[in-house]
Amino acid sequence: MYSFDYKSPSSLSEAVAMLQSSDDGLLLAGGHTLLPTMKQRLASASDLIDLGGVSELRGISVSGDAVTVGAMTTHAEVAASSDVRGAISALADLAGGIGDPQVRNAGTIGGSIANSDPSADYPAALVGLCATVNTNSRSIAAEDFFTGMFETALAENEIITSVSFHIPKCAAYCKFPNPASRYAIVGVMFADCSHGMRVAVTGAGPSVFRVSEMESALAQSCAASSIADISISADGLNSDIHASAEYRAHLVTVMAKRAVEKACASC
Amino acid sequence: MSGTGIGASVRRKEDLRFVRGAGKYTDDMNLQGQAYAYILRSPHAHAAIKSIDASSAASSDGVVAVYTSEDMAAVGGIPCGWQVHGKDGSPMHEPKHPALAEGKVRHVGDPVAVVIAESREQARDAAEMIDVDYDVLEAVLDMNQAITDDSPNVHDDVGTNVCYDWALGDPDVVNEAFSNAAHVAKLDLINNRLIPNAIEPRCAIGDFDQASGQYTLHTTSQNPHVIRLLMGAFVLGIPEHKLRVNAPDVGGGFGSKIYHYAEEAIVTWSAAQLNRPVKWTADRSESFISDAHGRDHVTSVELALDENGKFLALRESTLANMGAYLSTFAPCIPTYLHATLLAGQYSTPLVYCEIKAVFTNTVPVDAYRGAGRPEATYLLERIVQVAADQMGLDPTEIRRRNFIQPDQFPYQTPVALVYDTGDYESSLNKALESSDYAGFAARKEASKAAGKLRGIGVSSYIEACGIAPSNVVGSLGARAGLYEAATIRVNPTGSISVLTGSHSHGQGHETTFAQVVSEKLGVDIDSVEIVHGDTDKIPFGMGTYGSRSIAVGGTAIVNALDKIIAKGKKIAAHLLEASESDIEFENGSFVVPGTDKAKAFGEIALTAYVPHQYPLEELEPGLEETAFYDPKNFTFPAGTYICEVEVDPETGVVDIASFHATDDFGTVINPMIVEGQVHGGLVQGIGQALLESAAYDENGQLLSGSYMDYTMPRASDVPSFSVDTTVTVCGHNPLGVKGCGEAGAIGSPPAVINAILNALAEVGVTNIDMPATPHRVWQAIRNAQAS
Repeated sequence: MYSFDYKSPSSLSEAVAMLQSSDDGLLLAGGHTLLPTMKQRLASASDLIDLGGVSELRGISVSGDAVTVGAMTTHAEVAASSDVRGAISALADLAGGIGDPQVRNAGTIGGSIANSDPSADYPAALVGLCATVNTNSRSIAAEDFFTGMFETALAENEIITSVSFHIPKCAAYCKFPNPASRYAIVGVMFADCSHGMRVAVTGAGPSVFRVSEMESALAQSCAASSIADISISADGLNSDIHASAEYRAHLVTVMAKRAVEKACASC
Repeated sequence: MSGTGIGASVRRKEDLRFVRGAGKYTDDMNLQGQAYAYILRSPHAHAAIKSIDASSAASSDGVVAVYTSEDMAAVGGIPCGWQVHGKDGSPMHEPKHPALAEGKVRHVGDPVAVVIAESREQARDAAEMIDVDYDVLEAVLDMNQAITDDSPNVHDDVGTNVCYDWALGDPDVVNEAFSNAAHVAKLDLINNRLIPNAIEPRCAIGDFDQASGQYTLHTTSQNPHVIRLLMGAFVLGIPEHKLRVNAPDVGGGFGSKIYHYAEEAIVTWSAAQLNRPVKWTADRSESFISDAHGRDHVTSVELALDENGKFLALRESTLANMGAYLSTFAPCIPTYLHATLLAGQYSTPLVYCEIKAVFTNTVPVDAYRGAGRPEATYLLERIVQVAADQMGLDPTEIRRRNFIQPDQFPYQTPVALVYDTGDYESSLNKALESSDYAGFAARKEASKAAGKLRGIGVSSYIEACGIAPSNVVGSLGARAGLYEAATIRVNPTGSISVLTGSHSHGQGHETTFAQVVSEKLGVDIDSVEIVHGDTDKIPFGMGTYGSRSIAVGGTAIVNALDKIIAKGKKIAAHLLEASESDIEFENGSFVVPGTDKAKAFGEIALTAYVPHQYPLEELEPGLEETAFYDPKNFTFPAGTYICEVEVDPETGVVDIASFHATDDFGTVINPMIVEGQVHGGLVQGIGQALLESAAYDENGQLLSGSYMDYTMPRASDVPSFSVDTTVTVCGHNPLGVKGCGEAGAIGSPPAVINAILNALAEVGVTNIDMPATPHRVWQAIRNAQAS
């Protein structure tokens, strides 16, 4: 790890000020991607601004048709929250299936989505559940937030404060994990909500995407059989030692089908 | 059996410190004035080093020294401990393995330079300033390609990538048997390369005392005396009496900590240059590219059978990857620890095996849990299954027809070994019973109704432990003896220190060996201390590998105990005014049977050290005895494993529904520890079959170089195991023990793959390589459907 100055703000405004005044500052959330990368000397910062002490970024609230999760809320907190489970059990399931207990107890939703890892679970939840990303300066629709592999719409010195999820009629997340890392090789969030049917896929492509053909078919008839024969093209999908693009394309249909089955069972 | 003696599941004495975080590992040690070494490693698989400019690094903050191969010119290469001769009688090619690369790097991770600084981070900062000008060369990776004339060579001075071309058996006789056979089964397979991944990364601390000229190396080793010999005699030229090697608590080895590694020589040599201790600790990424890997065979195998399914002959041809350099025992793994096991549990009369060992631009390959025997078992149990399927025989029936029968022991195999004892059918029967083999068809139907494919796989393995005797292995190329040493030091007040050359790094020796002493001397287990790992404390030792600790190390302990008892009888005879021949030792007392004359063991111990009433003219005081034990033969654990899997045809995911192991380990000292050893072995074997693979890209970069991509088995990947034993005692050691450390990893991979292929038979899949990942299973189903 290269040396850096460690900063520990206690409020959002202090964190923003520290970020603005640093040469090359980085925000530290759960640190489960950033710290290993820094230890390998693949990332470095002039200042590491630890958001752990910013209490206004933590917590879960349910109001009206939305569940709002503070940016520094850990995956374990989301998984264990009765509010989340009562409103969107698929979100609690998704958070409870991220990584392993150590990751879930340190990793945060804000850290995860800011990194925009193509294999992370949360992007499927955000896009599938028509979420809004709230920052210190604005609100961004989830579909506009993820702009590519490890890229987001966040501007310089912009800090995610919370994510608001739209409560669907029913939803389910099915994931085919990477056998080694437990990231998603393919993860599909299916939701039936007031915006219509959503099928959001993570892991398969460079960034989270929706499968409109499946969404239309499900709008006609919300059953797994409606999408069983819909296959997506392998063109442009990820390929690695664990899964070829063809295999990923196949798994999108399988996981989508299973998500729909699971959601219908709970509806 | 006493409560803490042989056969009791005594809880592990060592766990008290381990579970409390109080174990003392090499990296826990910090010596006064210690500096830190960072090894700059090659980022290329194969490149010429045109120049190295370390000038800015040398003047970087906190840097004490920067060394390259030029500085270490007087230091010898890392030696190989076994010389194999090819089938034409020529010795293997043994290119120099320099501690730091000389002129060329030969694998990603090959050490190029070492920076020594006041802190680890300063050393690493400085290493980034070293400017190495590489001329990148084409990497030699594929073994089939590597052995052709147009391949570049890993070692230019060798002029070929074939290290040796070795064979066992008579090809003409075997070919004749094949040409007359009623049926021939053929199979091409790959035994996948594995990365050992001991939980504790390697660490080494070199220390030098200028006043006495004494060197000390603290290191993560399975065999400190072997390191003292190899490094002292061959690399640094330090005589034994000036070199102490200490391997304290070690967090797992699985073979990877047998070998003498360059880093050990580098820190020891540097400590003397700088006159201060030098410490190096691998990080996990470094472990992936610097610990010796395991397996990596490409094999063709054929089995000839008569019309009744009786095996007539076996023929194997294998390319065995050595990696870039010869690691300590690498040459003997695919030869003497592999081909000699090809008879398995069967009476196959003829075997021919040819092995080409191949240099490639990859991390060196050496023994890893099982070492050669898993490769033999895998090809044999796979080809037996192929033959059974092709001839329409039940997998258990074809095995029964070919088992060596109990009345045939000792049994001379066609591949040099003589099996002493065994009862293979009884292990098979027990495994069939515990796995409810007969009920499989109903379970398969139930799986089918749920859209799943169910399969069952059998593997009847044999292995050879406690490699020996020394004169025989010496004639086969071993450059060391393969005995073990033990000293029993009975202290004046009756407590006992056992100094053993068998190193414990997870095996539980501190408990198992203490149980042997408790049983033999009738003393409390808590009055027995097992001391290991420090060459200054232990008279000598060959260390721990090849499941040899109880069979070889344990026997040395028993032999030393017998000497203690014999001397105790002399002392007791004097005290009891009886004839030595009338004294018997029973339940911790020396007695004259039929009388009330008795002396407790503690009294004899005290008398030996306070010899006021003692036959001083005839007998030395003290009660300490040493034994060196060189076994007459290997031991031969064997058993049958039955695996049942359920495959999701939609995703290719294989779920192990059940796994039943029945092993014959001879006498079992501690059933709980043995069961734990089997569990660990099974997990590693299942890891090989389903999950683990060291994957290189076309440039020789390790793609599975971290836990993001190298799939270590997790608890959720394996079922709750059913483990059982049958017993035929080993006839040539006093405890009747055979060893249990590697069996699980040896026997399980073919059981898993046979089960998967049994499940996939109905969708037309006939072959799959390890690891049978979901992707690979899905692809195999898809390919079968397409054809």
